[in-house]
Amino acid sequence: MSIRVAIAQINPKLGDLQANLSLYDEKVGQGMKERADFLLFPELSLTGYYLRDTVPSLALTMKSAEITRLKQLSRQLPFGAGLVEESADHRFFNAAVYFEDGEVRHVHRKVYLPTYGMFDEQRYFAAGNRIRAFESKFGRLALLICEDLWHPSTINVAALDGALAVLCPSASPLRGVVDEQVQDDNARYWEMINRNYAETYSLFMIYGNRCGFEDGVGFWGGSEIVDPFGQRVAKAKYYEEDFIVAEIPFESVRRKRTISPLLRDEDIDLTINELMRIRERPGEPKAVQKFKSSKVQRVVKAKPRKRRQPPLRRKLR
Amino acid sequence: MSHIPTNTTLLREILTGFIRNEVQKTGMTRVVVGLSGGVDSALSALLAAEALGPTNVLAILMPYRSSHADSQAHAEMVVNKCGIESLLIDISPQIDAYFERFPDADSRRRGNKMARERMTILYDHSMRWNGLVLGTSNKTELLLGYGTLYGDMASAINPLGDLYKTQIWALAKAVGVPEVIVTKVPSADLWLGQTDEGELGFTYREVDKLLYLMVDQRYTKPELVAAGFPERFVEDIAMRIMMSQFKRRLPVIAKVSQRTIDRDFRYSRDWGK
Repeated sequence: MSIRVAIAQINPKLGDLQANLSLYDEKVGQGMKERADFLLFPELSLTGYYLRDTVPSLALTMKSAEITRLKQLSRQLPFGAGLVEESADHRFFNAAVYFEDGEVRHVHRKVYLPTYGMFDEQRYFAAGNRIRAFESKFGRLALLICEDLWHPSTINVAALDGALAVLCPSASPLRGVVDEQVQDDNARYWEMINRNYAETYSLFMIYGNRCGFEDGVGFWGGSEIVDPFGQRVAKAKYYEEDFIVAEIPFESVRRKRTISPLLRDEDIDLTINELMRIRERPGEPKAVQKFKSSKVQRVVKAKPRKRRQPPLRRKLR
Repeated sequence: MSHIPTNTTLLREILTGFIRNEVQKTGMTRVVVGLSGGVDSALSALLAAEALGPTNVLAILMPYRSSHADSQAHAEMVVNKCGIESLLIDISPQIDAYFERFPDADSRRRGNKMARERMTILYDHSMRWNGLVLGTSNKTELLLGYGTLYGDMASAINPLGDLYKTQIWALAKAVGVPEVIVTKVPSADLWLGQTDEGELGFTYREVDKLLYLMVDQRYTKPELVAAGFPERFVEDIAMRIMMSQFKRRLPVIAKVSQRTIDRDFRYSRDWGK
């Protein structure tokens, strides 16, 4: 199967849902004209990025009129949207939503919310706690948002969960102007990640970044599609609006995985066992912290173990 | 890692994009910039002319009677070079009228007053001409606090605030600021014979190297000393940055309510834009 994937590299209006919905309409129209089968929008492109205290007023529940409107829009062309999702218990998530044929097929809530340096996401958003690949009419896909991909565990899970392509909506700020490089240093790093992940996991990386400035912070654009061989099949301009389309032959995933069946050979049980051992080990700050959180405890309860028990060596199923 | 990057092609692309974007989203198309004849304001003006088109840039020349004659000549070179609109306003009468009442005022007070007088003129023409005031303060002077609060530090948008003086020189040369302006000794020109480096006690190139490692690369004091900077110099600069922090912040507000501006009432400046 081969599909035509488009990426709308847009500059949304900060805090203006209606203006950005119109922009979505316009770009879906453009995608139709270019005979695209699927369109990816950037992270938080329905709202803008530096939302700060406006987060609650821009949040959408799955019952919001705007979601209904987006569902309708997806009858013309399936797309991945970036928006603020509000849960029934009023937590706000930086979410990516996959719309297809009038339905919401999948919601990914950003797991890793950067809160350091220029970022403040955890102040305003709740963190997601799930990474799941999902079925689309084109095959199995995964959605991971921007910083999620800076944690290799996320793509590892997505790939092992069967994703043939990873869609990554991003709002990545330009920073680090270095010598003898056509792009800033953050862009360089992202391009390395995309290429590396695509080739390592034998899948398509579909990376949609935004452009424009918010309070002096620029977003570097440069959206791209990289195939399972690590070859870039489409590239948008840096630092300005653009719209790119490329053919994605899913056969090349098969071909690449035939040549290098690394995923086939991946020993999930080994990883699980070792991670469980690491989680129990004292003096691992991150592991201890996670162990104490209620969500992880639920997982632990499913497999009750006494403390000081030696690490599991048997295969878990 | 240890040298300051000067990728002028990329800086030029980013900064013109910044000006275009941040101006347009306010619903305006124009900027107003005070041209001193120095390299910073020349660079700001050239970048704006490139980003918005020369007819959308108004340069205001605001000499005082003791200003160096070269300053005005150099500012006019910039106006002619990029074909921007310009206006000459001699601030001597209004400055002198004020200091007639305070004849004992020292040169620092007079210099600050001139900088703030120029600011009020820029903002007046910002309204008259419907253009944003374009900033000209660079990262070096912002970090050192070498500027007049609500004077030359005031602006709506500033393309140069994250560029060290060393980078300003490189970029100015690349975008075509006349050579004589790029190579001349930097001066606030607030009184006769004043030079930045004379007043500061070190050169921009020296301090930029230190600031880059200290601020951008987060070197600790022992690491900076190990990198060859005199301990005293490192301490002096660290102190200057700390003592001038107030200039880089909004006025301090006494918190009494549940929601205080900029403390727990947090919105981006580009909110709704």
